[in-house]
Amino acid sequence: MIILGYIFIGIGAFFYFLGGLGILRMPDVYNRLQAGTKATTLGSFSVILGVGFVNMDYLPKALLIIAFIALTNPVGSSVLARAAYLIGIKPTAKTKVDECKGGDEI
Amino acid sequence: MNVLNYIYFILVGFGVLFSFLRMLLGPTSADRLAALDTLNVVLTGTIVFLALVFKNGLYLDIALVYGLLSFVETVLIARYLEGKK
Amino acid sequence: MSFSVFIVTFFTWLLLTSFTDVKEILVGFFASLVVSVVMKRYYGIRFDLKFPLRVIKFIFIYLPVFIWKMILANFDVAFRVLNPSLPLNPGFVKVKTDLKKQSSKLMLANSITLTPGTLTLDVKEDELCIHWIDVKSLDEQIKKRKISGVFEKILKGVFE
Repeated sequence: MIILGYIFIGIGAFFYFLGGLGILRMPDVYNRLQAGTKATTLGSFSVILGVGFVNMDYLPKALLIIAFIALTNPVGSSVLARAAYLIGIKPTAKTKVDECKGGDEI
Repeated sequence: MNVLNYIYFILVGFGVLFSFLRMLLGPTSADRLAALDTLNVVLTGTIVFLALVFKNGLYLDIALVYGLLSFVETVLIARYLEGKK
Repeated sequence: MSFSVFIVTFFTWLLLTSFTDVKEILVGFFASLVVSVVMKRYYGIRFDLKFPLRVIKFIFIYLPVFIWKMILANFDVAFRVLNPSLPLNPGFVKVKTDLKKQSSKLMLANSITLTPGTLTLDVKEDELCIHWIDVKSLDEQIKKRKISGVFEKILKGVFE
C-alpha cells in the first residue's frame, strides 16, 4: 500500500510539472488555462490520494480536500476565462471560429 | 524514502519555476492570474505532501484553508478585472 | 430550520474533526443547528425518497466515467504540451443543453472543463459557450456528441 501511495505521488508530481510547462508554452490565455487546469487537477488528485494511502489516518480528510478541489478548480478557471473573454483579450491567430460573439452579460 | 522526496521536489520545483516565469513575463493581467491559479493548486498539493514529510496531520487543515482562500482570491481578482475593462 | 442542510453541515463537521470525541460532536451539533437556521435561504439542498438511489447512481455511473475521461484529458494535454510543434486548432463554439436545474448545469460545466480539450466560458439560459482546443466540426449533432453527450445523459438521470 505504501509503495502504491508513492507511485501515485510520483505520477502527481509529473502532472504538476506538465501543468507548469503547459502554462509556459501555450500561446494564449485560453489554451494556457486548459493545460494548467487539467494537469494540476489530476496532479492534486493523485498526490493527495497517494498521501492518504501512505498514511491511512489522513484518508478521510484527504478525500474531503479532493472533493473540494474537484468542485472549485474548474469554477475558478471558468470565471477567469470568462473575464478574459469579456475584457476582450485576443485569442491566437490560429483560432478559426468564434460563435460566442456578443456574449456580454449573463 | 528520501530519494522519492527529492524526485517529488525537483519535478514540482520545475513546475513552479515555469508558472512563476509566466507570471513575470505574462503579456496581460489575465495571463498572470492564470499562472497564479495554477501555482495555488500546486502549492495546495505540496502542503498535503509536507504532512507526510514532517509526520504532522495539522498540515492537512492548512491545505484545506489555503485551497479555500486561493479559490476566493481567484474569483475575486477575476471579477475585478471584468469590471475594470 | 431545514433538516437536509443540517445533515450536510454536520457530516462535513464530522469529516473535518474526529468521530470519537464527545465534546467535538456536541459543539458541531450546535454549530450546524445555528448554520441551518441562519443560512436556510441560501442552500438548495433537498432530500427525498429517491435520494439514496441518486447517490448510488452518482458514485457508480458518474464517477467512473468522469475519472476515465479525466485521465484521457491529461494524456491529451501531455501529448500537446510535449510535442515540439504544439498541435492546436482552437475555436469558440456554442452547445445547447437540455438540463434545467442550476446545480446540474454547474456539474455539467465542471465536467466539460475537465474532459479532453474543452473549457467552459459561460453558461446562459440553455447555451454553453465553450473554448475547444481542437475544433473538428461545426455541425450541431457532432458537436453535441463530442463535447457533452455522455455527461448530459448521466446527469439527467442523477439530478433531475
